[in-house]
Amino acid sequence: MTAAATAPPQFGNAAVPVPYRIVSRVAETADTVTVELAPVAQALPVFEPGRFAMITAYGIGDVPISLSGWHGNRPVHTIRAVGAVTRALCQAAPGAVIGMRGPFGTTWDVSSAAGHDVIVVAGGIGLAPLRPVIRRVLAEPTAFGRVSVLVGAREPAEMLYRDELRRWAARAQVEVIVDRAADGWTGPVGLVTALVAGADVDPAAAVAFVCGPEVMMRSAARALIDRGVPAAAVRVSLERDMRCGVGWCGHCQLGPLLICRDGPVVNHPVAAPLWDVREL
Amino acid sequence: MVMTMVDAVGDKGMTMPDAGLTPFTDGPARLIDMDGLRRLVDVLRDRGYTIIAPTVRDGAVMLAEIDAADALPHGVRAETEAGTYRLRHGHDDAVFAHCAGPQSVKDFLHPSRARLWSADRTGDGAVTTTGPDRPAKRLAFLGVHPCDVAALAVLDRVLAGPEHPDPVYTARRDGTFLITAECTEPSATCFCTSMGTGPAATRGFDLALTEVLDGGHRFLARGGSPAGAEVLAELPSRPARPADASAAATAVAAADAAITRRMPAESLPDLIRAGRESPHWDDVASRCLACGNCTLVCPTCFCTTTEDVTDLTGEHAERWRVWDSCFSLDFSYMHGGPVRVSTQSRYRQWISHKLGTWHEQFGTSGCVGCGRCIAWCPAGIDITREAAELAAPRAGNEPA
Repeated sequence: MTAAATAPPQFGNAAVPVPYRIVSRVAETADTVTVELAPVAQALPVFEPGRFAMITAYGIGDVPISLSGWHGNRPVHTIRAVGAVTRALCQAAPGAVIGMRGPFGTTWDVSSAAGHDVIVVAGGIGLAPLRPVIRRVLAEPTAFGRVSVLVGAREPAEMLYRDELRRWAARAQVEVIVDRAADGWTGPVGLVTALVAGADVDPAAAVAFVCGPEVMMRSAARALIDRGVPAAAVRVSLERDMRCGVGWCGHCQLGPLLICRDGPVVNHPVAAPLWDVREL
Repeated sequence: MVMTMVDAVGDKGMTMPDAGLTPFTDGPARLIDMDGLRRLVDVLRDRGYTIIAPTVRDGAVMLAEIDAADALPHGVRAETEAGTYRLRHGHDDAVFAHCAGPQSVKDFLHPSRARLWSADRTGDGAVTTTGPDRPAKRLAFLGVHPCDVAALAVLDRVLAGPEHPDPVYTARRDGTFLITAECTEPSATCFCTSMGTGPAATRGFDLALTEVLDGGHRFLARGGSPAGAEVLAELPSRPARPADASAAATAVAAADAAITRRMPAESLPDLIRAGRESPHWDDVASRCLACGNCTLVCPTCFCTTTEDVTDLTGEHAERWRVWDSCFSLDFSYMHGGPVRVSTQSRYRQWISHKLGTWHEQFGTSGCVGCGRCIAWCPAGIDITREAAELAAPRAGNEPA
């Protein structure tokens, strides 16, 4: 089974959001919150890491947001306010009802990395879809080899999950880097790509999970492959505008891909030739 | 699996005749005349169908609900060329002799505006949601040319797949009765023969008519499904004689011969893949207005966007789905800006999807050769010519 494997069969009507209540809300950074959601009545099927929900702010719109974790059987999503819908979702208080559709798209297929070293490369909000991968890998230390987590953010205040990064560091190599330092920052400054060289894994036997802005994923994937990670073992999570999440609206096309259906997670050899074409 | 819908439609997929199966045949062809056609409309109406058929409005053949066959466009031909569509009123009584108008079955099964759901906040802060409206009556389409029957099979693949059937589309499509009219009067923009979709009707219909003028106005009629055979049996008809069948075959063969517009013969997906960085996109973009007319008239262009609205209290919200076009700048907008800024990239997206990547996404071409995008392009851009230019990049001269 590859990372781009077909999604499991879906439940019925994918068009209508199912009401969920925000049961907790944590401000991660100035513009990013993590919400834990509980179904008001019926629940959606289980979201696997990598798959996404179309989350509705009623009366405003909906947006694709990847799963960023589980709390018991409640899905957790981390949302950065970049537009009208995400702003409304970020401002919603505990108790508020939002709409959920999904799960849609492909998974990170973490199980297939069992027996391999694991490299996680995250840029900015890209750490959110990767968090369930890291948690899963660290929860089963005997199933996976060495684990290296490389995280970049624009500045220290924009680093997500800082407490959790510290906890992970007890069980894995965790390296962080920022584009711009701030007072008190003693770590490295630069692009997350620069951390790839120091990843303490056997590249030829590693599986890499990469998520962040497209330009960051392109350069990180290149650095991983240059270090000897097989291209087919580099998994990336693609992003385009989505209106439906299930292949009806046509917005998320990237060449032959419908990212909502054939992605968001694909192997690097699928993404690379498409990224190389401007304005595709 | 957990069912999550309140009052949903379209959960079960569809029970329409599968266009991929062996064509249904129900005995020999019958022959009906204009009275038989009038009766056909009556029979469908009595069976509870809303009958959608070609009519003449605003100087074009437009699809509309009819309640009698007299509303059909009698004696009307459509003359088309790149950027041109004109009706010509002839001196015969032919009712299906016009080529594709600006509309298609898409307009009715995949409407340009549809409500996906409405939601109301209840007293305890919860939300009740209602899915899309189910149409009150089933639709019967009369006089659908084979290219548009093929377009319907394409839409079925896109919107009625087993994994996520589109509830708006399937609620309209399910139970549709389709009467095709084999094409006997193609126009200059037609190229169905290149796409394997016409002018003959081979499958995907309940009833097939072939209009014959030579030797008296009549229609060869064949059932294509059990429902079609049943309806045919209710019409005044007589067995088709060999001379009738031969006249019908001759009319369709003449249409086939009259279609001279061609797509390049090579594999179009390969052509598109190889042409991603072609300098020809600059040439197209110098002519393309990015108006989106081609996507509106295309019988398979399905892209949509959504609009969420509330009432003044904010307690009632709705999501509407509206047609969108890959020619609009907003279509590829993400936080940070649109992906396809240039007209080059937007035209490339449209033709690449239509002729190339559609195969990878849905296992079929997105183009059926109806020629609408050629006729309704205000700049006269011709998909067959642009494909030919990609196939043989111009070397200073216009291709023949």
